[in-house]
Amino acid sequence: MKSFLKELKYPFDVEYLIKNKRRIKKELLNKEGLIEKRIAILGGSTTSEIKNMLEIFLLNNGIKPTFYESEYNKYYEDAMFGNPELDEFKPDIVYIHTTNRNIINYPSIIDDEDTVNSLLNAEEQKFIKIWNNLFTKFNAVIIQNNFEYPFYRLLGNKDASDIHGRVNFINRLNDKFYEFARSHNNFFINDINYLSSCYGLDKWANQLYWHMYKYALEVPAIPYLAFNIANIIKSIYGKNKKAFVLDLDNTLWGGIVGDDGVEKLAIGPEVPMGQVYEEFQNYILQHKNLGIILNVNSKNEYENAIAGLNHPAGVLKPDDFIIIKANWNPKNMNIKDIAAELNLGADSFVFVDDNPAERHIVETTFEGIGVPEIDSPENYIRIIDRNGYFEMTNFSKEDLNKNTLYKENAKRSQMMATFDNYDDYLKSLEMKAEISSFKPIYLERIAQLTNKSNQFNLTTKRYTLADIEAIANDDNYIKLYGKLADIFGDNGVITVVIGNIKGEELHIDLWIMSCRVLKRNMEFAMMDEVVRVAKEKNIKTIFGYYYPTLKNKMVKDFYDMHGFKLIETDSEGNKKYRLDIEDYEFKNNVIEVER
Amino acid sequence: MKKEEIYERLNNVFRDVFDDDSITVNENTTSNDIEDWDSLEHINLVVAVEQEFGMKFNMGEVTTMKNVGEMVDIIMERKNN
Repeated sequence: MKSFLKELKYPFDVEYLIKNKRRIKKELLNKEGLIEKRIAILGGSTTSEIKNMLEIFLLNNGIKPTFYESEYNKYYEDAMFGNPELDEFKPDIVYIHTTNRNIINYPSIIDDEDTVNSLLNAEEQKFIKIWNNLFTKFNAVIIQNNFEYPFYRLLGNKDASDIHGRVNFINRLNDKFYEFARSHNNFFINDINYLSSCYGLDKWANQLYWHMYKYALEVPAIPYLAFNIANIIKSIYGKNKKAFVLDLDNTLWGGIVGDDGVEKLAIGPEVPMGQVYEEFQNYILQHKNLGIILNVNSKNEYENAIAGLNHPAGVLKPDDFIIIKANWNPKNMNIKDIAAELNLGADSFVFVDDNPAERHIVETTFEGIGVPEIDSPENYIRIIDRNGYFEMTNFSKEDLNKNTLYKENAKRSQMMATFDNYDDYLKSLEMKAEISSFKPIYLERIAQLTNKSNQFNLTTKRYTLADIEAIANDDNYIKLYGKLADIFGDNGVITVVIGNIKGEELHIDLWIMSCRVLKRNMEFAMMDEVVRVAKEKNIKTIFGYYYPTLKNKMVKDFYDMHGFKLIETDSEGNKKYRLDIEDYEFKNNVIEVER
Repeated sequence: MKKEEIYERLNNVFRDVFDDDSITVNENTTSNDIEDWDSLEHINLVVAVEQEFGMKFNMGEVTTMKNVGEMVDIIMERKNN
């Protein structure tokens, strides 16, 4: 299949996209492992081309959408009063494409402050009603545009500060939207205010498109809008990138450390180019705090790489990285090794390298890897940032600790080397697990795990936070999470099981575990607990399912290993297993379990 | 720019936008002649033509253009003046 490597990342070749969207779509539909999602677009203006472009960007992220599209400017009616077609459609995601054209009553210069406030309140309440109504009706995620600035300012500069100004009104209304976003987990703002300023408001608001076609933005801006929405959606379904893999020479600093020597590198406040690299290093470092893992992949002598990273004016230090590959191997080989050592797929990496030839070899080796087309150093940040690799939708506390967790794992590997017997090693870790039914504080993390786990995942079912909340409150499910801690640290919530109770049967819909805790016998502790809880609920038989994907081969014998009997295999290799609960033997003897 | 050249480049734009290599436009071609050419596709076509020729149609032109011949006339006028 032809891959659209360059065309579908920022900055876009809009001309190419508009001309070739049908062809691109056809090609992308051939991708393997697409997950299907139902998306309702409720528009306050024309949305046809937004839908087309969104489809392309979602397909590129491995998501195959089916759409419901409201009639022109029927977003309010559809959301408030529904219609059979939309009800039937049952969206996973509702995208509300409203713009400042949909604000009904702006303040007029003669209004007093109370009147302006009540106008603001009316606009706010209109939308809050829509959102609450959609939440009640559908178990869906809502993505809502904020408002872009108006294309004229009646009061000139005062439009921003005076309560009668439209700029002021829009800012205040946007603030109200953000308040709602802060207090609702399944609600996300699509920030067209920022997008339109990046794009250029005068162009964005090209009035020809409004008056001719009722598009509230010019058509060439639509790829940017659609890309932004797709980034939110891919993040919700766990398709964010997880790690940086960074080149060094002329990427993190100016110059070549092996040739020029540490003292000649451009990094630090003295010269303009040094400032650029200092700011870039700072940008990268800030990602560490978000749980993005930093790694190096550089053609260098190892000593030289470390010397460069220890440059006194450098912001990034050797200790900030989990894996540093500085050698003369091909870069794609290094990436393969980094992926194996971190237990992550290469498609979760963003590879940053100033050399187009290196970018090309990496990009063509690993499908789905992020490779920003960086050009001149002063543009590095913008180009990486606009690509939305790390779009933060569900940010959990685990993310904050991720770099520490990976460091702790490195220590465990060192300790393992000192034991001859694996069980002795496991016992020496003094592992303590907490296994219990879903609790409110962990729901966000649980939803995140269901979307992130690909390898240790028996059925690869994805759940939104809304789905998880519903299951947490449903007595027809056994739903367990597991946390694991040991002498080196706490891994947090790393495994989730969801089983559906049907009379005396339990059907295991989901079984996932983070690869962070592979080979620690946590899955045995978990199965013991599933069986214990099932017995309490008078269940006699447990059914397990394995659906093969490109990524979950490591668990193909999972149920065999736990004493289940294979009872069915279909033509696609999907397997169904059965366990008579009386035959089960408890297996965990290395983890102390708290309930 | 010669009329023949404009038609040739325009033809490629039409084929790309409608993903149909059998399209050949002439001065009398209208939206009735091409199956997927509806009002929603019209705008994509206009944008693609603008980008191909590095020019912009104004609103009056977009509203009054009746066939491909008139489109070519506008492009000629814009590019040759």
